[in-house]
Amino acid sequence: MFPDSKIPEGPLAEKWDKHKFNVKLVNPANKRKYDIIVVGTGLAGASAAASLAELGYNVKAFTYHDSPRRAHSIAAQGGINAAKNYQNDGDSVYRLFYDTIKGGDYRAREANVYRLAQVSVNIIDQCVAQGVPFAREYGGLLANRSFGGAQVSRTFYARGQTGQQLLLGAYSALSRQVAYGKVKLYTRTEMLDVVIVDGQARGIITRNLITGEIEQHAAHAVVLATGGYGNVFYLSTNAKYSNATAAWRAHKKGAYFANPCFTQIHPTCIPVSGDYQSKLTLMSESLRNDGRVWVPASKETAERLRKGEIRVSDIREEDRDYFLERKYPAFGNLVPRDVASRNAKMMCDEGRGVGSSGLAVFLDFADTIKRNGADWVSQKYGNLFDMYAKITGENPYEQPMRIYPAVHYTMGGLWVDYNLQTTVPGLYATGECNFSDHGANRLGASALMQGLADGYFVIPYTIGDYLAQTPPKPVTTEHPAFKQAEAEVRARVQQLMSINGTRTPDDFHKALGHIMWEYCGMARTAEGLQHAKAEIQKLRREFWSDLKLAGTEAEMNQALEKAGRVADFLELGELMVDDAYNRNESCGGHFREEYQTPEGEALRDDENFTYVAAWEYTGDNRASVLHKEDLHFENVKLTQRSYK
Amino acid sequence: MAGSNPNAKPMNLTLKVWRQKNRNAQGSIVDYQVKDISPDMSFLEMLDVLNEDLLRQGEEPVAFDHDCREGICGSCNLFINGRAHGPEPGTTTCQLHMRKFNDGDTITIEPWRANAFPVNKDLSVDRSAFDRIIQAGGYISVNTGGTPDANEIPIPKEIADRAFEAATCIACGACVASCKNASAMLFVSAKVSQLALLPQGHVERKSRVENMVAQMDKEGFGACTNIGSCAAECPVGISLENIAILNREFLAAKATSNNLA
Ligand code: SF4
Ligand code: FES
Repeated sequence: MFPDSKIPEGPLAEKWDKHKFNVKLVNPANKRKYDIIVVGTGLAGASAAASLAELGYNVKAFTYHDSPRRAHSIAAQGGINAAKNYQNDGDSVYRLFYDTIKGGDYRAREANVYRLAQVSVNIIDQCVAQGVPFAREYGGLLANRSFGGAQVSRTFYARGQTGQQLLLGAYSALSRQVAYGKVKLYTRTEMLDVVIVDGQARGIITRNLITGEIEQHAAHAVVLATGGYGNVFYLSTNAKYSNATAAWRAHKKGAYFANPCFTQIHPTCIPVSGDYQSKLTLMSESLRNDGRVWVPASKETAERLRKGEIRVSDIREEDRDYFLERKYPAFGNLVPRDVASRNAKMMCDEGRGVGSSGLAVFLDFADTIKRNGADWVSQKYGNLFDMYAKITGENPYEQPMRIYPAVHYTMGGLWVDYNLQTTVPGLYATGECNFSDHGANRLGASALMQGLADGYFVIPYTIGDYLAQTPPKPVTTEHPAFKQAEAEVRARVQQLMSINGTRTPDDFHKALGHIMWEYCGMARTAEGLQHAKAEIQKLRREFWSDLKLAGTEAEMNQALEKAGRVADFLELGELMVDDAYNRNESCGGHFREEYQTPEGEALRDDENFTYVAAWEYTGDNRASVLHKEDLHFENVKLTQRSYK
Repeated sequence: MAGSNPNAKPMNLTLKVWRQKNRNAQGSIVDYQVKDISPDMSFLEMLDVLNEDLLRQGEEPVAFDHDCREGICGSCNLFINGRAHGPEPGTTTCQLHMRKFNDGDTITIEPWRANAFPVNKDLSVDRSAFDRIIQAGGYISVNTGGTPDANEIPIPKEIADRAFEAATCIACGACVASCKNASAMLFVSAKVSQLALLPQGHVERKSRVENMVAQMDKEGFGACTNIGSCAAECPVGISLENIAILNREFLAAKATSNNLA
């Protein structure tokens, strides 16, 4: 029997309000008797920690960064969606809900998504009150733009650094609670395991990244807000430290992992320039509002261009193929991310790619510059253009940018019910580390929305329901489960330190990344996935017998940190492959070559796959068990997405 | 497979790197050679090459702070050839590319130097003093929920833009590292002016500036003597105008202090 997803009864629009009324409340005088651990201080974690502390709970917040403000949320550029309808262009909670469900290719829960759309409006109010400097119009009111294929302007933004400004808002709220003594902040502290006492999450084991000390922390509930696992691919737009360890450890302690194969490939990234490449840089897709995507119409022209025999400016207008505009006249360059990415790959597979590697397409602003002037473009995209110039050494005002898709976001994550509780009682997951709201594909400007919705407006209510049923007795680390979990963590760290082989953590990580990108990336096949599974298992065995580290575990040791994360990626990667193999359909970010329409579009199989695939861990090197949560659509009709 | 510049030649470089075992240990400069560095590499990718070499030889890699590698998280913090974030103006260390250097160059790499930023190990420093300054008052005291509609308070675009400019500080600490007094004025002023410019921040403007400045002094940052090297080296262009605003706010607060605590 699948665990109850706890979706409230009643009409869609009333579910959340009803639920808020029905959940049990913790008596205000009792709140200070409960301790809550929040792991991660990005948007989802900092907002949760601050809001829970404001309610009166004692919060311990953990981050492996030197400051909460450095979490990867900071790198989000484009914006945050909210159904404010400030532009009077027909937006509504229902439309944002509908767009999110459709964009996710009908693989998300209606009730969760509707709630997300509902609370989106509160987020903007909250952020403005905190002093987040959103872009404004001359009249002094907030500005909006349309983003990532949306046909209404509902995206709020702060130049090209919306993530940083929102995170600083949440960080300021968190800092205020630290000053009040309601949040105890642990920086440079990495969670290495969750502690389960009598079936309930009661704490975590951490490693101090400066001293190497292993420590135990107890609480009445644990919230994981530890982000996504895109770095399984080694190269991604994620920050270098972003990792899956906290979520994966929770999975191994009983939390189901849902839809791991749903990864998002972002179409507008700066292409790889060499083997030394350590990460990929995203260019906000807002660029697709004004830039036109093209490749040379013929393979021969593309080849001459790559060889440097001709220049871009030598290619006549009629010899250029604006392939998105050609194939999708209604949406043009603004088709959803997965469609844009896959088409770029197709062009390169056809031999029409540009750049010396041939793994890039052009994003061209020449027409916009001609129409509106370079100043206008610089006003809107100046920082992105500067960034591009810095990284590539090319001037995008004078020649088109080169872009290529890169792994950007993971829709899959820990399975949670409507309350954001995992299958382990007392263990919650918020933000990118859960699977809940984006289905098989996330819309642009919706990640920030979800992180803050979960942290500011959902978890503060839903965690109370659990705590109200937990006696307000102090929790300690007395229970033997703590000692045991600590011993396991120590043993693992020591094992990593003692292998004494020849290959570095990065070496293994790169090898894993190659396998994942090749076989579990933009296009997947059953055969390729089976091959990948065997390769990953082999690589994992090599890792545990040939890893090389230096120094000791009792000090700052960045290679050791990396090794622990890579070890977990090597397990998670296999589960992603299993999940992709199981899902015999194409939907959203998951494209199985066997399942496509004659025009090459993703072909869903609603009859057999309208479910959440939630995987249960059953032991090292044992097959995970698949549980299916059927998805029910009562308010929207499932249609094949068409952006023609 | 070079991207932008297929003809660029790989470089060989001598690195002089600060090595320090931990906070209490003595540190020193150690020389290393790196070979075949592509001009398209970022500076940190060049250090990755060094670290992979060291680890393969069984030596401890050089510890350094970094994360986003796209100039926004503020983690990276190297003092390169005597300049915070290296030779390219308006650029964080992670966005600095090797095409700014030449084959055969010697590059000296040190951590930020300031009493308030103790070294954790090698090039990694502890900047938690910045967090404590923000905790002292770098916020607007609103709880989650119950806030007015976002469009209830119109803010002139010009003011909003100036507040945004101040808010772009990434807390890297280059201003402190570049200042001969190791003053944190630019960092503090950026937050003070962002919140002083916005109407939402007016209610607490007096206590905020007083408390943040008091914490800054307590952390052991030096005094500001208006030299301006902070703004010259700031990777995101936080302007000295913010320090003027801070001074104004501070004097006004002192004159009419409502900080009764
Ligand atoms: S003011 Fe500039 S140099 Fe100083 S911390 Fe902020 S971003 Fe860095
Ligand atoms: S690593 Fe994030 S700013 Fe340099």
